[in-house]
Amino acid sequence: MPVQKRKEDLNILEKLYIPEIVKGMALTLKNMFRPNVTMQYPEVRFEPPSSYRGRPVLVQEKNGTERCVACGLCSRVCPALAIEVQASETELEKERYPQKFEINMLRCIFCGFCEEVCPEEAIVMSKDYELVFKNRKDAIFGKDKLLVQVDNLKDRLEFLRKFK
Amino acid sequence: MPMLTVDGKQIEFKQGQTVIEAARAAGIDIPHFCWHPSLSVSGNCRVCLVEIEKMPKLAISCSTYAMDGMVVYTKSEKTLQARSAVMEFILINHPLDCPICDEAGECKLQEYAYAHGSGESHFEEIKVRKEKRVQLGPNIKFDGDRCIMCSRCIRFSDEIAKQNQLTFIKRGDKVTITTFPGESFDNPYTLNTTDICPVGALTNQDFRFKSRVWEMSKTNSVCVGCSRGCNTEVWVRNNQILRLTPRQNNDVNSYWMCDNGRLNTFKNVNAENRINGTFIRKEGELEKVSWEEALKVAAKSLKDYKSGEIAFIGSAFTTCEDNFALVKFAKSLGVVNIDFVNHTVQGDQDDILIREDKTPNTLGAELSGVRSGSNGLSVEGMMKAIKEGKIKALYVMEDDVASLNEEYEKILSKLELLIVHSANENKTTTLADIVFPASTYAEKNGTFVNFQGRVQRIRPAVATEEMDRALDGMKMSRWDKFGTKFDRWMQGLKYDSKPSWKIFTMLSTYLGGKTKYEMAEDVFIDLTHSVDSFKGLDYDTIGEQGVLLKIKQTVTV
Repeated sequence: MPVQKRKEDLNILEKLYIPEIVKGMALTLKNMFRPNVTMQYPEVRFEPPSSYRGRPVLVQEKNGTERCVACGLCSRVCPALAIEVQASETELEKERYPQKFEINMLRCIFCGFCEEVCPEEAIVMSKDYELVFKNRKDAIFGKDKLLVQVDNLKDRLEFLRKFK
Repeated sequence: MPMLTVDGKQIEFKQGQTVIEAARAAGIDIPHFCWHPSLSVSGNCRVCLVEIEKMPKLAISCSTYAMDGMVVYTKSEKTLQARSAVMEFILINHPLDCPICDEAGECKLQEYAYAHGSGESHFEEIKVRKEKRVQLGPNIKFDGDRCIMCSRCIRFSDEIAKQNQLTFIKRGDKVTITTFPGESFDNPYTLNTTDICPVGALTNQDFRFKSRVWEMSKTNSVCVGCSRGCNTEVWVRNNQILRLTPRQNNDVNSYWMCDNGRLNTFKNVNAENRINGTFIRKEGELEKVSWEEALKVAAKSLKDYKSGEIAFIGSAFTTCEDNFALVKFAKSLGVVNIDFVNHTVQGDQDDILIREDKTPNTLGAELSGVRSGSNGLSVEGMMKAIKEGKIKALYVMEDDVASLNEEYEKILSKLELLIVHSANENKTTTLADIVFPASTYAEKNGTFVNFQGRVQRIRPAVATEEMDRALDGMKMSRWDKFGTKFDRWMQGLKYDSKPSWKIFTMLSTYLGGKTKYEMAEDVFIDLTHSVDSFKGLDYDTIGEQGVLLKIKQTVTV
């Protein structure tokens, strides 16, 4: 951006006014032939890159169990105190699992700390940015809404392995 | 006094102290796993290695006696190197499962790995796997992988619990802990091993996976399981007690508490049968009414009886404050029949901690004046008088008198008026005409006097409806500090109950009394003015460790 000039500093061409208008029109004309970047949401949807931090989700393994071991680190690190975890015991080899895992999406600030701190790569930021709820209760996402199949999260998991 | 030098600091010590003890007494902490102040020295973890001048090699400070003129370095280059190497050695076969392990957050190994570990290991071999989830005893699960073989639990069961039940088996890196064949790790003190276990190998079955330690608040309190009065910490999350742990007090319980006290003294606080609000019997059924109405009805019906027709039963389960308020209230009505019930289990006593007397405050109740002696009737006398129709109204505070025996239950049903303070529903409350909800020991301030005559403080750890954690100065976890009423983790149940002294104070105003107690300490100060043994005490002087009372009269317990 050029620095804005004060009126008394304008040179003669600028004072004439018309050349400046022509300049502006030229810019408009140039942009008319550039590719269109506006998306017709919701008919056309934005597919974010893998670095995008959408709503946090839990990774569900192929056998249907959650990767999460309910260690509670995400809940501890969360600066907005959005996450609540209640652990319990299972018969599986990883003896601990989250009986309850709730993220209050009204509190969540999408900082991604939970993903960064997770020792199991069990909570990751997804590409999901469409978050609508009608009341406070609906904004608390339980395991039913949080669990996402590992196949659908390949992009992000690969990104994490590369850059985390 | 002989002196030694630790890190350039001159320290006095007593002859016979080891280097680690002398340093600890002077406030210098030397890292240690297997050493414990009240257990014998085993010297197998090697983490307490220190450099001592004129000694050719590093020495373990836990088994090296301090000597006059000794010069010890706990932070020298050589010491740090050795410590880091020992940490690496201990971590060879220790699994990296802190996210799953319950000990995380209060784990000695975790802390020392941060403080003294090198952060990486030379060992690339596969870790030795051992048995997991072994049920060692009724309350304890053992995880062989996590064990670092410090032998603290073995020495504890040998030396403190005096029951040889645990031992090492196998050799080398396959060493593991087990019970002797056919034995179960079931002595009354087993859960102390979960406290002294420096890793997460021994876990409390009752608390396993319930909560992370950093999510809870902890409040200093006293166990109500027996008249020992072990000092405890009450761990609370979302207004629910999740566990009790012992707190060090060398004059009472050292570092320990019994399993019964740890597991069975807090469950009633969040039990289904808590009495929530005031109840009055209307047409044969107990009905919930407002405090105002209940107090009005209670005051009115007490007025209907002559002072000789009323009797009061106090309680050794509740605090000195509650008992003193009861005595004061009874005396304001002119009642002399005041007594309380002893709950003694003959023979259930050992020379470690457990006492026959299963109430925390027998001495306190007696000193507060709840036993009227020759002037009034004893509990047995009351029952006889009720049977004969001489006593028509009975006021029972926090004791389940009807459950003592079937005859009492029958006798109590003959009463014209039975007013009860209770925290939980029981046989007495089902017979009562008026029920006031009493706060449990975890919900109020107060004092207990244990069997030694030591007065000790309890503090509220769980909030009732009238309390607010922040405003009432209760201990708060991070969740408590930042939660709002819209957060589910803040919506733990709060009961509508009050401490008994408060109920008496409220009731006395309906009877034109002048006792004005604002808080528990007011009652206690009044008690110190009335009873010589308590003279000059207040909550601050009692502090965290309690004060031994000067009791003149010999009390029979």
